[in-house]
Amino acid sequence: MTDSKYFTTTKKGEIFELKAELNSDKKEKKKEAVKKVIASMTVGKDVSALFPDVVNCMQTDNLELKKLVYLYLMNYAKSQPDMAIMAVNTFVKDCEDPNPLIRALAVRTMGCIRVDKITEYLCEPLRKCLKDEDPYVRKTAAVCVAKLHDINAQLVEDQGFLDTLKDLISDSNPMVVANAVAALSEIAESHPSSNLLDLNPQSINKLLTALNECTEWGQIFILDCLANYTPKDDREAQSICERVTPRLSHANSAVVLSAVKVLMKFMEMLSKDLDYYGTLLKKLAPPLVTLLSAEPELQYVALRNINLIVQKRPEILKHEMKVFFVKYNDPIYVKLEKLDIMIRLASQANIAQVLAELKEYATEVDVDFVRKAVRAIGRCAIKVEQSAERCVSTLLDLIQTKVNYVVQEAIVVIKDIFRKYPNKYESVIATLCENLDSLDEPEARAAMIWIVGEYAERIDNADELLESFLEGFHDESTQVQLQLLTAIVKLFLKKPTETQELVQQVLSLATQDSDNPDLRDRGYIYWRLLSTDPVAAKEVVLAEKPLISEETDLIEPTLLDELICYIGTLASVYHKPPSAFVEGGRGVVHKSLPPRTASNESTESPETAPAGPPSGEQPDVIPAQGDLLGDLLNLDLGPPVSGPPLATSSVQMGAVDLLGGGLDSLIGGPNFVTPPAAAVPANLGAPMGSGLSDLFDLTSGVGTLSGSYVAPKAVGSISMDLQLTNKALQVMTDFAIQFNRNSFGLAPAAPLQVHAPLSPNQTVEISLPLNTVGSVMKMEPLNNLQVAVKNNIDVFYFSTLYPLHILFVEDGKMERQMFLATWKDIPNENEAQFQIRDCPLNAEAASSRLQSSNIFTVAKRNVEGQDMLYQSLKLTNGIWVLAELRIQPGNPNFMLSLKCRAPEVSPHVCQAYETILKN
Amino acid sequence: MIGGLFIYNHKGEVLISRVYRDDIGRNAVDAFRVNVIHARQQVRSPVTNIARTSFFHVKRSNIWLAAVTKQNVNAAMVFEFLYKMCDVMAAYFGKISEENIKNNFVLIYELLDEILDFGYPQNSETGALKTFITQQGIKSQHEDKRRAIPDHQPGDWANWLAAGGHQVSSERALPGCAGECEPPHVPTGGKQSIAIDDCTFHQCVRLSKFDSERSISFIPPDGEFELMRYRTTKDIILPFRVIPLVREVGRTKLEVKVVIKSNFKPSLLAQKIEVRIPTPLNTSGVQVICMKGKAKYKASENAIVWKIKRMAGMKESQISAEIELLPTNDKKKWARPPISMNFEVPFAPSGLKVRYLKVFEPKLNYSDHDVIKWVRYIGRSGIYETRC
Repeated sequence: MTDSKYFTTTKKGEIFELKAELNSDKKEKKKEAVKKVIASMTVGKDVSALFPDVVNCMQTDNLELKKLVYLYLMNYAKSQPDMAIMAVNTFVKDCEDPNPLIRALAVRTMGCIRVDKITEYLCEPLRKCLKDEDPYVRKTAAVCVAKLHDINAQLVEDQGFLDTLKDLISDSNPMVVANAVAALSEIAESHPSSNLLDLNPQSINKLLTALNECTEWGQIFILDCLANYTPKDDREAQSICERVTPRLSHANSAVVLSAVKVLMKFMEMLSKDLDYYGTLLKKLAPPLVTLLSAEPELQYVALRNINLIVQKRPEILKHEMKVFFVKYNDPIYVKLEKLDIMIRLASQANIAQVLAELKEYATEVDVDFVRKAVRAIGRCAIKVEQSAERCVSTLLDLIQTKVNYVVQEAIVVIKDIFRKYPNKYESVIATLCENLDSLDEPEARAAMIWIVGEYAERIDNADELLESFLEGFHDESTQVQLQLLTAIVKLFLKKPTETQELVQQVLSLATQDSDNPDLRDRGYIYWRLLSTDPVAAKEVVLAEKPLISEETDLIEPTLLDELICYIGTLASVYHKPPSAFVEGGRGVVHKSLPPRTASNESTESPETAPAGPPSGEQPDVIPAQGDLLGDLLNLDLGPPVSGPPLATSSVQMGAVDLLGGGLDSLIGGPNFVTPPAAAVPANLGAPMGSGLSDLFDLTSGVGTLSGSYVAPKAVGSISMDLQLTNKALQVMTDFAIQFNRNSFGLAPAAPLQVHAPLSPNQTVEISLPLNTVGSVMKMEPLNNLQVAVKNNIDVFYFSTLYPLHILFVEDGKMERQMFLATWKDIPNENEAQFQIRDCPLNAEAASSRLQSSNIFTVAKRNVEGQDMLYQSLKLTNGIWVLAELRIQPGNPNFMLSLKCRAPEVSPHVCQAYETILKN
Repeated sequence: MIGGLFIYNHKGEVLISRVYRDDIGRNAVDAFRVNVIHARQQVRSPVTNIARTSFFHVKRSNIWLAAVTKQNVNAAMVFEFLYKMCDVMAAYFGKISEENIKNNFVLIYELLDEILDFGYPQNSETGALKTFITQQGIKSQHEDKRRAIPDHQPGDWANWLAAGGHQVSSERALPGCAGECEPPHVPTGGKQSIAIDDCTFHQCVRLSKFDSERSISFIPPDGEFELMRYRTTKDIILPFRVIPLVREVGRTKLEVKVVIKSNFKPSLLAQKIEVRIPTPLNTSGVQVICMKGKAKYKASENAIVWKIKRMAGMKESQISAEIELLPTNDKKKWARPPISMNFEVPFAPSGLKVRYLKVFEPKLNYSDHDVIKWVRYIGRSGIYETRC
């Protein structure tokens, strides 16, 4: 007899029949009935009506029946909380059962019933089970504390379960220790500040001992917990490493990866001169290679992690190229990852082998894989100079195959090779030109155009070639348009006589007929350059290009360090910090590698040892200015074609993630071609709104959307008021908003919620909450904010200036002593003087008004009839600004001196003063 | 931690759904079906993120197992757990098929309750589970009862090619221990004269002891298990050499000749030899001649399969085939997949030997020589491929 028959009862009156069977006297019949109920539950039928009858079956000695009933309870208790109370007594009784299996089962199931009323009854049984004589019960109770904490954290703390849980770390049974560690780690994650896991050399020692005894899963919990510990010096780090290394031979890949995580992290603390450091490096390679003989899904996880490890410590796997060679039957996701690592490991020593492999791969079936293989050949040429010639000839061979996507990919990489080795391989240009007509992908077309423009003087018919592209200018994608514009300008500068007409044509196409602000801007710049100073134009346009980097797709170092702390976890698979994909508070704490310390050093100056990053960071919160508009545009257009690789710009978290959830796909779309209808914000009428008005042609087209920025905010939370007016003829839906990186990391804290579609001429007003956790880039002016609003019709860009005082935080009051010290400490050249005219307030009123905007008066003095207010304020990014406000009674003009370590904020702070005082 | 676990059939219907965490909603089940099972594209990653929920999946025949989470879990652990879950199910009811899963759903729920608590994997050794699990596994009637060797998952034998793929399987004959006795304590070990690149051990092995003493000391669990797995790349005797010769005669004909040479002691016999020669997709007919064994063209698999029951060492055998092709307009060349081979040889091609096996059983007072011990060496091919 099999269980599948339970799936087939679908007749009417079934619930009725089941009810009768559940109340039967015969145990067997009852059991059968409960199984049927559970089968119905599995296929999604509502059997909650049977709740009382099923609960009645609970009081039985039969473990099998009991388990079935518990299973039902877990599913339905939440929807029937009142009924669930009926089961409480049995649970409590079962927790006292002589059979440890039943005690554990009861406490385990009770924790799964997430009904508030039940949790109160759970406390006593749980307390007993945590001290049960049977380890099986204790290990179950340990996990139950985590369950209860998830339902009611306060209750767990009040009842003192956390202390009991901590005691279990010293339990004699390793399974109990492991589960206690798992539960504590989880609870600690939601209380980042609490020192729950209080790791110290003694408790670490206990964990390391338990490590040898417990199950594979327990070893993982313990190793993951160990990885959060920071040893006090290199000696301790080494001794922990020594005890962790045997785990590298475990059959379970997760144990191995977690051990690798601990070792990679603690290795940071070891001196490179140490013999042990070298030994450890050598020990890491074989287990990593062995991971590649696991099943494909695990290989994938391993490869994603190896990708990080190779970037962090290339020396570990530098001799292991061969194991990353792709096998014919590898799943595609394994193949692509292997290829990535092959490129990273390519060096002069192994290049011949690698090239032979890559050539082989370029003939495979999967298009993505073939493309990546072709691209890899190009990377090899750039990375290993000696191989460049062989790579180029391999690429030419591939072009001869005439397989369309191979040809296009090859042309894209040959462009990079030209960049790296100028004037070396132009002989191949002729071959490339033969394939001009087959190129239909923007990237390949753009690459080809770049080549023609760059070598215009050597290509006789360069003007004809470029002219042929110009015919369909409007149908090209933006990157091709931009490239074509640049290429023709280059051509003009090289052969001015014959190409004047051509250049005029492209400039007018770019500036007059295009809606794309980026293209228009570039067009205007060239136009003005060419018309005012052709010599300067030559210097700018034909300037020597910066070298392209050898490595691509390198992960930004601080992110890499963080990801190393997450080896084995999802973060390492996605190559994103947990905050990018985990909701809520969990995982938001940034992890960082421990600083290198020597033991003797740290004893002398203990305060230098665990110096976290935040303290050192303050002075340079604002990184150097990157390319203007870069981020906003890249979002829609893909990486720029000729610009240097973006690898160096700081990618803290994918900007796209700020939008979260389902919106990701909306924004990330790679092909956003501006539709023919003009997209024009008709006015930026708000008080503070000024903007890139010259980017938008105010006189033409149908006005479609006006975004205005209304500034002053409630103190405490920052929000942006938007007024959206639909001036198009079409209904607008699917609104989304995104900010470019900006000086203070302002970012939308929630998606843009426009609930109903916006019909023509309708206006909505929206208040968008903001936070300051976005990516940071210094803007000019500092308070400039570039915004992209997207809807089903188009993307609209505008920029606005925000008043700085929205960024003043509430804890901006500095201690008097501190104020004095800081004032002295800041060099005089950072002091800025301003005059605030026509302000009718007296000192008292000014002070209180400023206070309401988080500018705090630290001290007040009266010198020669003048009121001197000493004030402090703090910006969201931790920058302090100190102020001295001089007010002479009767004189409406105030004098303001500002001192700040980042003097560029001063003018904006002054502006904020003015706004606050006069409002 | 793991927030939920779902099992689907090939159509995407849910057979088993167990949710451990509140953050996993009902729509998660559908999200995976729509975005992964019903996706038109080939699976591009075993980990999928849909609306901030991560799905890990493995496939066994046409059954999908998916673990779901919203947290930054240990990804390697989740996959190891899914494999383990498959092993445990296979141990209880054989092949993982829709029929077997439906037949055993109560058992599966019981297992899921036991081996995953609040998403944390718990003891999942089949032997140990016997104490806790009340349900019996129900095997399908169609199941092949004669199956003696457990079904090895791909990847189990796989990936040994580069290393000269082979695996040692030793069978132990130990005295049966009565239920209440302590299991015997067995160290094996000795000097190794071959270079091993790396090895991994079953969790019953005391790793720290191996690290310091280089002998493998373990307390065996019930049943058959893989004690050790090793990798070696030096001084391997490849038991067979495969020499392919492919000649394209015009556009519609291929001539293939494959020679295999056995490279081991003439007194030893290799068994279950199978050579698989891939053919192009536009093959219309094949003529095969082989000196030994049987060869057949299998159109459905796009391959010529050549089987030889036994072959002694230092011999050589040959197959030649003429492949007729249909003319096609497809410009893309045939990718020429590798020729693969399977076999079993009665020795370890790596040269690995078990020096001694000692049994300690203090409680029942067994002395080492009371125990009947024997070691059999079998080298089995993993992925054994030759590019042609």
